Order: sequence, then structure tokens, then C-alpha cells
Amino acid sequence: MLTMIGKRLMFAIPSLIGVVIVTFLLTRALPGDPAAYFAGPAATKEAVEQIRKKLGLDRPLIEQFFRYTNDLAHGDFGNSLTTGQPVAAEIRNRLPASAELTLLGLFVSIAIAIPLGVLAATRPGSWIDHLCRVTTTAGVSLPVFFTGLVLVYLFYFRLGWSPAPLGRLDVFYSAPPTVTGFYLIDTLLARDIEAFRSALSQLILPATTLAIFSLAPIARMTRASMLAVLASEFVRTARASGLSPGTVIVTYAFRNAMLPVITTLSMVFSFLLGANVLVEKVFAWPGIGSYAVEALISSDFAPVQGFVLTMAVMYVLLNLVIDILYGVIDPRVRLEG
Amino acid sequence: MKRRDFLKSVSGLAAGAALPAMPSMISSAEADARSETLLIVSEGGPNNLDIHGVGTNVPGYEVSWNCYDRLISHEMKSGPGGVPYYDRDKFKGELAEDFKIDDMSVTFKLKKNAKFHDGAPVTAKDVKWSLDRAVSVGGFPTFQMSAGSLTKPEQFVVIDDHTVRVDFLKKDKLTIPDLAVIVPCIVNSELVKKNASEKDRWGLEFTKQQTAGSGAYKVTKWTAGTEVIVERNEDWVGGPLPKIKRVIWRMVPQAGNRRALLERGDADISYELPFRDFQEMKANGKLNVVSLPFSNGIQYIGMNVTKPPFDNPKVRQAIAFALPYQKIMEAVLFGLGNPMFGAPKDKPTEVAWPQPHKFNTDMDKAKALLSEAGYANGFETTISFDLNFAGVNEPLCVLVQESLAQLGIKTTINKAPGANWRTELNKKEMPLFTNVFSGWLDYPEYFFYWCYHGNNSVFNTMSYKSAEMDKLIDGARTAAATGDKAAYEADVKGFVDLAYSDLPRIPLYQPFVNVAMQKNISGYQYWFHRRLDYRAMAKG
Repeated sequence: MLTMIGKRLMFAIPSLIGVVIVTFLLTRALPGDPAAYFAGPAATKEAVEQIRKKLGLDRPLIEQFFRYTNDLAHGDFGNSLTTGQPVAAEIRNRLPASAELTLLGLFVSIAIAIPLGVLAATRPGSWIDHLCRVTTTAGVSLPVFFTGLVLVYLFYFRLGWSPAPLGRLDVFYSAPPTVTGFYLIDTLLARDIEAFRSALSQLILPATTLAIFSLAPIARMTRASMLAVLASEFVRTARASGLSPGTVIVTYAFRNAMLPVITTLSMVFSFLLGANVLVEKVFAWPGIGSYAVEALISSDFAPVQGFVLTMAVMYVLLNLVIDILYGVIDPRVRLEG
Repeated sequence: MKRRDFLKSVSGLAAGAALPAMPSMISSAEADARSETLLIVSEGGPNNLDIHGVGTNVPGYEVSWNCYDRLISHEMKSGPGGVPYYDRDKFKGELAEDFKIDDMSVTFKLKKNAKFHDGAPVTAKDVKWSLDRAVSVGGFPTFQMSAGSLTKPEQFVVIDDHTVRVDFLKKDKLTIPDLAVIVPCIVNSELVKKNASEKDRWGLEFTKQQTAGSGAYKVTKWTAGTEVIVERNEDWVGGPLPKIKRVIWRMVPQAGNRRALLERGDADISYELPFRDFQEMKANGKLNVVSLPFSNGIQYIGMNVTKPPFDNPKVRQAIAFALPYQKIMEAVLFGLGNPMFGAPKDKPTEVAWPQPHKFNTDMDKAKALLSEAGYANGFETTISFDLNFAGVNEPLCVLVQESLAQLGIKTTINKAPGANWRTELNKKEMPLFTNVFSGWLDYPEYFFYWCYHGNNSVFNTMSYKSAEMDKLIDGARTAAATGDKAAYEADVKGFVDLAYSDLPRIPLYQPFVNVAMQKNISGYQYWFHRRLDYRAMAKG
């Protein structure tokens, strides 16, 4: 098992090096000029050149690259110009915010989608199958920002049930001491129930928005995979042997149907983490997606590189976890690994 | 039907979980905190707390303005609609108790009880160090100082602990006003020097993260891109003690949510909303909406005069007759702007800026001029704009495109993202574009110096060069410095007339700065920098 993990990590190194080179070149190839941007609206040509020199952008590309990789090797991701903070610190602060939101969204989504998919597969053509089809289609065809805005309009503006969409906590609460970076956990560790409630109530709308959007792939994949498994011979044998329908579906069919669902989950998770920019914008969520997009708009190289690199590492780790999970669910995979 | 069922179940879930949070929102300690706290929501936040920093953005100016003092500041006067408006011509001491302007210098006496946030007294040494820093760090602050002929550290002389003299390089009417803008702020030199390094002589890395001033507020928490919290400095001597104890400034990127926060009464103040929202909020009367014209600011259509077809003045005039001015005012601005077009034929030119030109939409005249210029069948061109201000720029360009199509001019719209836009401006290759310019110093010759002078600054986006124009602008600057009123007025009228006959750029309107606030918020003041001054505000 450990050798497998080690091997997999070794294989990841060339791809990470590739990511470093490609992001460096891509950010340099962006049409904007960061020096002109950060010199401000009133800058003269000389002022722009001064800024360029300060940022080290007057050096040849190859020298910039070596300086960048050298910094990287020392754990220095550089400084963001738009927010003025070290990129590593920003990513460390923002990643938990995105991860907490995404995980909760995914959790809600799984809690709804998997039972829905299983029920739809066991009764194809019934009302629950149609319900599954309609909700998933509706969820995936509503753009996330639209769902988000509708939820804010309804539950905050019209009904007043939800707190103001002002990020992770109500403005008059202070953030709990950072342990995990997840406010739901940190507030509990700090025994601050009021802050926990505030953090939870701030999370509900954005997490619901994400959940609605990610219902479709999970539910559809569960349904399809369950249908295939339910039609297979071992299920027929199990049924013929007189096992109860519950045992057949949960113990035999569901476990076998899990593999493609897990693959989909990992894809949905990584996709949500990177792509929940719009949800973060709507709910003023201090996450990593909106950070990267803002940096991109202002040709701010360091955060974009840092973001892509972090994402690459996350993908590598996620794939590893998924592979391990495969082994846990299906012993045959372990042998091949 | 099914979808609705589903939404219902989700909403039930959300509601059930949201309810427990309610009681905590109305505890009494919090109600007190709320009444002394101002909650501001805006789209963007600062990237640096020090205006002397590298690439400090406009929200950063707001922090500097409220957390640092300058030697002098402006008095207030009553502006349009009775809103307090800074008085361009009247100055008062902020850190200076008293100041005396001589022929070639100005001497400031500092307030003896002035203290920095850490308790250190404000001395002449700090003033000299801070002004030296402003003219030495390079980039925007140094550029802004030079606009008032403040360029050399030798100009700032310490007389004694509480007296500083600023020597003039030459007579320049803009020197005193330039000492009252945001840049020449006074920094705690001992504190910053302690935290400076060999590589960073002026301690810019230190002041980027925290305020080291003597101002009315100090930053107690800053999470970049999320929030800024400032608290009142109880020992401030720059003016009467502000009424607001604490300001929480949150970044809310979504304009719709900012409006919802205001209308629900959760946020106190917001700016940067779409014009339509401001117009609707004004109409429904639940909130106070203040709309004031940018001082010395104009949104315009510029044309590159070095390349055909816009090198031909007839083509430029044809464009001026073809622009859909009134439509832009109504459909883009919802009336929130001062028209800069269609002045009566017989209106004499004034000694003022901005002032409207005499063109109006007249397609027949435009067609006639265009065929005279040899473009009876039109031509193809590109109109560019800055995506950072797409809310105004995009519909504006679409209207212009539609209107020019009637003359056979085919325009493609080029949307330049923020970082690109500056690069494009510097290249000076865009044939047709729209942009805003507004100067902190509210003098016609200042505007013209940056936008029309042949030294071709980045704001002379049209690459316009005219010996006659340069003579008039330079003449006005000299006349202003020496106090020759007649010559000054003649020159100002001269360059305005020339700008409207040569027409390298066509003014559209003077934009408004719009701020929406709760009815119980008072004390909003308009400043040349167009950001909020917390010091005068009050709640309840």
C-alpha cells in the first residue's frame, strides 16, 4: 500500500514540473502589462518603468523563471499585487473557506442525489424516476449565480430568514482562532456556539446553491450505474436465492455500483472547488476561486501561478485518495495496483 | 410541478437551519455596537494601506485619507443640492496650527499636541521625512507631487521641532493645493525607520500592512479582499473628534447584494452600484442617494489624430454630429450626469472647465461633413473601452456603434480588460475609444496640461499636438502663477475654444459620483478624491 502511494507520488512530480513551466509561460503570455496597471491611472512612462523594475519584470524571461522556481523551492509563492499579501498566506487562508463551502455543498448534494439515484434505478419509469430526471435537469440548467441570486432574493431580501450575504460570519462576530480553518469546526473547538450558528447560517444558502448545481452528475451516475448492476447476473442470482430486496440492493448492488459514482464525486469535487467562483462572488465568500479570477483580470502573475499549482497538487492528492478508496470498495483493484 | 416541490423542500431545509441564528442578531450589546459602527459595503477593497506604496489602488486612498493627516486640508462649502463640497480655494490647517505663504516658500507651524497612533509626538522631522519619501519613492506619489512642482527633498526644510518650510522651485499656483491632496501625508518616521531594511529604505513593506499615522482613524484589522476595520483615534487633534467609533468596510462583489443589504437596512453606505439601481433607489425614497458631479472630470470619445481617417478634422466633426448624446444620458446614465453637449449657439466661452460644447446629434450635417472629407461611403474602425467600467462603457459603445452605422461607418467593439487597458493607452494606437479623465486639482489648465498638451502625457490619448494649444496652456499656467488675471482668462478661453474647434476628443458628460446611504446617516462630504471621509459622518 505504502509503496503504491510512494510510486503514485513519484509519478506526479513530472506533471507538477510541467504545471510550473506552463503556468509561468501562460501568465507571461497574457496580453496585459502589470507594470502599467499597477503604476496607476496617472502614471507617466517613467513611472511605469520604475514599477517594472521594482517588480523585476525588466529582466529576461529565463532569469525571471529561475528566480521564480528558486523562490518556489523555498516555499515562497511570491506576493499578490492586487491584495498586497504573500500568495502562500492568502491561499492558506482562503482554501479552507472554499473547501468548507464545497464539502458542505457536496455533502448536501450526496445526501439528496444518491438516495434519489438508487430509488430511480430500482423503479425505472416510476414517478420517482421522473422526479430524479426533472430535478437534475433543472439543477444543472440553472446557472449557479442565478440560483444563488434567487436564493438571496427569496430568503434574505424577501423573507429575511437568512443572514446578510456577507461572507463567512456576521460582521459583528469575530472569527474563531484558526485550528482547521473550517469555521464550523473551529467555532465548536472554541466552544463559541453563537459564532457556530452564525457560520452555519452563512453557509446554508451558498452550500445549497452548490448542491443544486451538482445534483445532476451524481444522481444520474448513481442511477445509470445501479441500473447496470441490477441487470447483472450476480444480482439475479442473489434474488433467485431468495435474499431480501434490501440486502440485494444495499449490500450487493450498491457496493458494486459505487466505483463510477466515486469517480464522478472526485470530478465534481475538484470541479466545484475551482469553479465556485460565481457562488463566491454572489455571497462575498472569501474563497480561492474569486481570488484567482481577480488576479487574472489584473494580470497579477503570482496568485495565478500559486492557484494553478495548488489546484494541481490537490488533483494529484485527490486522485490518490480515490484510487485508495477504489481498493477499499473493490478488493480486485488493490491487486492490480 | 416536480421542480417546484423540490425547491420547496430545499427552501424548507434552508429556512429550518437559518432560524436558530435569528435571536443572536438582536442582543442589546450588539445593538449598541451597531449604533456607533458604520458598515460600508463596496465592490473592491484596498491592496495597500499606504498611498506611497507600489501600485496602491483607489480604495487604498480612502484608508490613507482617514488614517493619516496632512499639513493642510480644504475648508467645506455648500455644493450642489446643499451637500458639503470641498472648497478648492480655501485651506485650513490639519497638522499645521498655522501657515504663512511667502513669495517663494510656505512655512508651517505644527500643532504641539499632535501625536501618532503609538503616542510619539509629531515633529518637523517626521514632516520632512514624509515629504522626502513622497518625492523619492517613485511611481504615482512622486508623479502627483511633481504636479505641484514638488520634486526635490531639498525643498523641505526643518526650522525647529515644530516648524517646517517648503521652498518653491518656481512659482506654481498648484503647489499649495498639491500639499492638501492625499499623497503628502505625514508618516511616523521613527516607527517606520525601525521597520525599514537595506532594500526597503522607506519601509514600504511595513506601512503596506499597517497604518503609521496620526489620523482620526487607525486600521485595526485588514483582510485583503474581504474587510477593513478602522477604529477612532481618541487623541486626534486634526479636527473635532469624529462621531463614528468604528467603521467596518466589507467587500461585496455582487452589486445586487449590495443593494439588497442597503434596502434591508443591514449596510449603512454603499457606492459603486449600477446607475439604474441608484435611479430606482432615488425614486422610492427609502434611502438617501447623493449624486454629485466629478470635479474636473469628463467622459469623452477620443480619436487618434495621427492616423486616417481621424487625422481629418472634418471626420472628427462628423463624428461629433453623429454621437447619440441624449440617448446616452437617458439609457446609459439614467440622467445621472451633466450633459457636456448642445450648448446654445450664441453662448460665450467661459473661464471654466468642464463646459459643454455646441454639437448636437444631427445626422444630416454629419453625412454632409463625411462626404466632404471623402468618406461618403463610410469606413471601418474599432471602438475600445475599459472593461473595468463596462457598466457604463459597454452600452455607451453599443449606442455609438448603432449611430455611426447610419453614416456607413462599421465599428467593431474592443473590450480591453483592466490590465490591458493601461497598456493600450500607453501605446496610443486605438483609433476610437471612450474613457474618463478627472483631475484631483480642479483647475482648467491642469486638465488641459495632462490631456491636450504636446508633451504627450499618457492622458493625451489622442496623440494631439498643436503648437498653438501648447502656447495657450503654458501661458495660462504662467499667468496663474503670477496672478495675471486678464492673461489667464484669455488663455483659458483660448484653449477651450481651440479644443472644441480642433476636436481631438468629444466630451459626452460630466459623470456623477453616487453614494447611497441609510436615512439616519449624515455628514457625507464630497472630496476631490471621491472617496468617503469618515471623520464628518454620524449615525442616528
